[in-house]
Amino acid sequence: MSFAPTLRPHGDLASLVAGSLNRKSRAWNLLRSQSETVIQPFEGIELGMSGDLAGFEREFDEIPDNTTDDVRLALWHSKMKHYMILSSAGKPIYSRHGDLSLINSSMGVVQTIISFYEGQKDPLLGFTAGNARFVITTEGPLYFVAISRLGESDAQLRSQLDALYMQILSTLTLPTLKNIFVHRPSTDLRKPLEGTESLLSSLADSFTKGSPSALLGALECLKLRKSQRHSINNIFLKNRADKLLYGLIVAGGKLVSVIRPRKHSLHPSDLQLIFNMLFESGSIKAGGGESWIPLCLPAFNNRGYLYMYVSFFDKPDDENDGDSSHHPARSHATPSIPEEPPEGEEESSETRSNSTSAPPPPPSSSSSSRPSPQSADEEIAIILISADKESFFSLKEMRDKLALSLQKSGYLSLIRSACRQGRPKISSISTSSSSTAHQEIQLSHFLYKSRANVQFCMPSLEPHFSGWEPERQIARRKLMSVYHQLHASMHAKHSHLKVLHSVGEDVASLAWITPVFELYCVAGPNASRAAMTQGANRVVQWAKKEEERLFIIGGGVF
Amino acid sequence: MADSGNAPKPSSSVKLVLLGEAAVGKSSLVLRFVNNDFQENKEPTIGAAFLTQKCNLPTRTIKFEIWDTAGQERFASLAPMYYRNAQAALVVYDLTKPTSLVKAKHWVAELQRQASPGIVIALVGNKLDLTNDEAGSGGDGESPGVDGEGDARKVTTDEAKTYADEEGLLFFETSAKTGYNVTEVFTAIANAIPETSLKTARGPGAAHAAARSEEQRVNLNGARDQNAKDGCAC
Ligand SMILES: Nc1nc2c(ncn2[C@@H]2O[C@H](COP(=O)(O)OP(=O)(O)O)[C@@H](O)[C@H]2O)c(=O)[nH]1
Ligand SMILES: [Mg+2]
Repeated sequence: MSFAPTLRPHGDLASLVAGSLNRKSRAWNLLRSQSETVIQPFEGIELGMSGDLAGFEREFDEIPDNTTDDVRLALWHSKMKHYMILSSAGKPIYSRHGDLSLINSSMGVVQTIISFYEGQKDPLLGFTAGNARFVITTEGPLYFVAISRLGESDAQLRSQLDALYMQILSTLTLPTLKNIFVHRPSTDLRKPLEGTESLLSSLADSFTKGSPSALLGALECLKLRKSQRHSINNIFLKNRADKLLYGLIVAGGKLVSVIRPRKHSLHPSDLQLIFNMLFESGSIKAGGGESWIPLCLPAFNNRGYLYMYVSFFDKPDDENDGDSSHHPARSHATPSIPEEPPEGEEESSETRSNSTSAPPPPPSSSSSSRPSPQSADEEIAIILISADKESFFSLKEMRDKLALSLQKSGYLSLIRSACRQGRPKISSISTSSSSTAHQEIQLSHFLYKSRANVQFCMPSLEPHFSGWEPERQIARRKLMSVYHQLHASMHAKHSHLKVLHSVGEDVASLAWITPVFELYCVAGPNASRAAMTQGANRVVQWAKKEEERLFIIGGGVF
Repeated sequence: MADSGNAPKPSSSVKLVLLGEAAVGKSSLVLRFVNNDFQENKEPTIGAAFLTQKCNLPTRTIKFEIWDTAGQERFASLAPMYYRNAQAALVVYDLTKPTSLVKAKHWVAELQRQASPGIVIALVGNKLDLTNDEAGSGGDGESPGVDGEGDARKVTTDEAKTYADEEGLLFFETSAKTGYNVTEVFTAIANAIPETSLKTARGPGAAHAAARSEEQRVNLNGARDQNAKDGCAC
């Protein structure tokens, strides 16, 4: 199958105001005629047409030390995304790719350009060179530079740089950072930041891969029944240590339960730092045992440290073994919730399809350095944060009691199985069982953000956007790029878009924003506008119905 | 039923702290001791990690409560919290990196000044597999030395040993990578903890030292002679 040239999705998105659709597009007409068959987004990738993203699967490969500088520089230039941090005195602090000696001259150039504009009325914010966009931010004594060929908006790149800055503050605190440079402007910040590099890199890589959480500035929760979450919160609160400030249970990077003082809520950007440390970088997991980490949560208070206790649950060696030693646990293994209505047809049909047609899990990449996505999805951590640096043992005691109660009550295995079940399948959400199936063109994926809760949900990436094959990685990045473009159009200054529908040569997309939610949907290029609208409506209905399961509303407050 | 053969040995907890410059291999030593595992490109520790591991001596069981600290300068002010009640310290340097021995000496001095008076300190030169020494180069047939041929050792055994003797420290050269001498360090520490120190191990925060070790205390000097061979069966 081949695709006719069509409107360019990138540039033209913003001009596609709500409701208007270029029906004269040849591609549109062409693809309309094929609407009997469901075309998945980005099918061209399978045919070797990965376009701008060719080679994306090598983006995260390290630049080797043992070749010539020319080869290394060429590799450096082949990266689609760069992040650099330098001091205003021009000292390199961090670069995602290449050691600092390799790119010293590039850093020098960047520094020269920035400082040239520094004195002007308009500081340099960004410029385009070739197909790369440069965005620069200044935070006190530090310059942050992003160079991207992935098509994010300036605002999006700036928020990525802001997250890197937050990581630096989290390591040092603001007063310390300022002090260092007040006393010695030429300080080499690499020493005080020692050990932070891997955190910056895992943050950077999550942006380069395309993080829905970072894009939306929202968190994802583990889907649980309201009463189950309520019970877990109560167990959590019951075991609370006096010294506790915040308590979190996190499973596979998704929030399960939060307890907090009434007057303090947790800021998503702080949680992003914690999640990155725990689930994206290997630092904590590699350590084994329990961790006690001084860290600053800049959105909470950028002037001081808090102390974070972290412990991961051991994986049950054998599924049954972990629980069977506790017989009381077994009888409660699946807490039943009589007072709540059953979850409805879709859940049972989802379970059914899981057991019959679920694709096998992607091969675990134990041989490569890449963390296996499957196992990371099932890690459960207890995180206890205190302002008292001496409170390790009292928090550890709290953790031990909490872990025991969770296990005895069966909620630990409940969390495990919710994790294993993964995100809901798109087919269980956007397809209505009642509608006539033959004309159904379903959504391929969506992001739904609950604005009030600052949380988001999305369906499983399987089968089209999961896996580690190059074409899957590229498809995943393309999906994220579409979301970034939709998001940029909807959030552009002076844009008052409520709905945006767009058709590109290999994907159709729809964005819809109300005071309650932001919804971004993606479907194959031959999906009609009507079908997409219908799909979007179903997602919204589903999210409304499931709201208290998808999102943590309020959490446990003390 | 309660025959002496199966009766649990008396057990006591020993608080142990690892100190030393970043990247000398502290976490790797602990990982080898606790999980008998090694990771080639380990990400740096953040903050500190707390682990436990039992060490079976012939006459008793020692449960190590281990603080593996990050060794980064910005955490230096937190170090007292970790060594304050410690009965043992493992001060680690990288024997391919002379500055790390300098740093180790600083830690030893600080411990001697600030930690509990009876603290048992072991000085450990790690990464022995990177040298040409027979003992350290691993059994995996890999050629030693970072350059493939050269000997990466920059701190001689003599120099470190002399210093350790002067200061009254236990001394070992280890490889977390091959496992060489790792268990031996911990066994030697277990054997060197004075009885009196074990008795005080039951203070608050020292976790659950078994109450019965009070009555059944044994002569550690006897155990010390038997040394590492039947030491940590862990
Ligand atoms: N060759 C060799 N490398 C080691 C050894 N121990 C640790 N390493 C490596 O040295 C680096 C730092 O180790 P790590 O345990 O994180 O050091 P720490 O900062 O002191 O905890 C890692 O890349 C380890 O793989 C060893 O005995 N031999
Ligand atoms: Mg370490």
